[in-house]
Amino acid sequence: MTPWFQANNVMHHFGGLSAISGFNLELRAGELVGLIGPNGAGKTTVFNLITGVYRAAQGSIRFQGRELVGLSPWIISGLGIARTFQNIRIFKQLSVLDNVRIAHYRSARYSLAEALFHLGRYRREERGLTQTAMETLRLLHLDSYADEPADSLPYGLQRRLEIARALATGATLLLLDEPAAGMNPNEVGQLMEFIGWMRRHFNLTILLIEHQMKLVTGICERVLVLDFGVTIAEGRPDEIQNDAQVLEAYLGQAENK
Amino acid sequence: MAAGAVLSWAIPRYELLNPYLQATLMYLGVNIILATSLNLVNGYLGEFSVGHAGFMAVGAYASATLTVILLPSGAAIWRFPLAILAGGGAAALTGLVVAIPAFRTRGDYLAIVTLAFAMIVKSALENINVIGGPRGLLGIEGLSTMPWIFAWTVLSVWVIRNFVYSNPGRGVLAIREDEVAAELMGVNTRWVKIRVFMIASFFAGVAGGLFTHLLQFINPRIFDITKTTDILVMVYLGGVGSIGGSIAGASLFTVLQECLRPLGVWRMVIMPLLLVLLMLFRPRGIMGLRDFPWFRPSVDLPPRPPEINNS
Repeated sequence: MTPWFQANNVMHHFGGLSAISGFNLELRAGELVGLIGPNGAGKTTVFNLITGVYRAAQGSIRFQGRELVGLSPWIISGLGIARTFQNIRIFKQLSVLDNVRIAHYRSARYSLAEALFHLGRYRREERGLTQTAMETLRLLHLDSYADEPADSLPYGLQRRLEIARALATGATLLLLDEPAAGMNPNEVGQLMEFIGWMRRHFNLTILLIEHQMKLVTGICERVLVLDFGVTIAEGRPDEIQNDAQVLEAYLGQAENK
Repeated sequence: MAAGAVLSWAIPRYELLNPYLQATLMYLGVNIILATSLNLVNGYLGEFSVGHAGFMAVGAYASATLTVILLPSGAAIWRFPLAILAGGGAAALTGLVVAIPAFRTRGDYLAIVTLAFAMIVKSALENINVIGGPRGLLGIEGLSTMPWIFAWTVLSVWVIRNFVYSNPGRGVLAIREDEVAAELMGVNTRWVKIRVFMIASFFAGVAGGLFTHLLQFINPRIFDITKTTDILVMVYLGGVGSIGGSIAGASLFTVLQECLRPLGVWRMVIMPLLLVLLMLFRPRGIMGLRDFPWFRPSVDLPPRPPEINNS
């Protein structure tokens, strides 16, 4: 049986600099996997390769049996992969509601002509779109901010909005890039609960990049450690924590600070 | 709206205003169409086009060619709307030709491509003798009457507003905010850009058609870079990403231009000075990125929370 998601021997380089080499990853549906590693290890590059922002120089990435390498990001998004960014990239000057409605972009079923003259299916489809978007916002307790510009939200809510937007695309695979960045231990605890809830509620498979070990060991079932674009260890969080190579590359450094 | 329609018919009919003011009002309509359509690209999409006068020229010449050369007579009511639509269509097709190479890459590329395009249009028009070459095209009928201009202005603004507050329009806004994120949300960014550019070009062509049949004489020099600059000033004066702003910008510009006319050459000093002052004190223009709530279609607004009734 073919795996649900499989990256096989993926290679990427920036000019002469190798960013990712021989990267392999398999995901089963419903898993929650962590991707850790020191700064510059290539974690975000992996996300960019999966979502089609970068095109892998070599190797294959297959999702539900479809090859992703060579597809445009907007097509990959339609297949059910969504992500968040390390530095939040919401649509700042648009309203909270519009941020989520854009995520429904491809589900609106009306033509350009109907849009230009506000005829036909426009009204019904737009109402439906707004309704689903509002439901998503309500689930994430953002509905009271619907008409506010997104950049007026406090930092934590902006992160949540970015997740709401990713969920609204109807994704089944969610890639979270440092969701706990800039959060205090208390907030990290809440985030862990939130991620768990989200995963159950939306039936998600989650791949997350994180530096906060509390979160990684707390919720990930499996962890992949990346250093200089190479996977140096893989296993359960407790196994990883005792791996000599990992300690040297990652945890050792963090303790020296 | 209804009052405007009645006025646009009554003013020329009973000469409520002198011909000079009537003409100014009609140029105002043309300017509103130009500013709102350029705002689609420079404001809503967040790119920088300097070729709007070029598209206006294409529309102007296409529609004038139709009424002067191809369909020189006949009082059929559809002749003029057809000419205007032909102008818009020709401009939109030209827009497609410009957009395909211009949106291959990101960044300031569009400014360079549209600048080159505007120059090509001008020199091409100067070298086609059938439409008068550098001397221009004469003997155009004054078909642009006030009711017609009013109708076209309202229609153009309405359609552009509809587009902005629709799903395809939202894709355009997303691109302005963050192109990569937009693409990851499922927006086919290249196609969306080409499409909005074509729509903007279409309305530049419509404005060109109206303009031609108002001035009744055109030559390629009318549509040079200063014309584009005028439109850019209207857009940035009124505020990017705001249709109400573009209407305000076009109105203010048109009025100022007329008020400052007695000053002669000094107008060229005072206009830029005003613009500099505005940019210093209101860098986003009169109403940048905002529109009146009543201007938005009701389905675009977030639904009100249901009233809780405890009684």
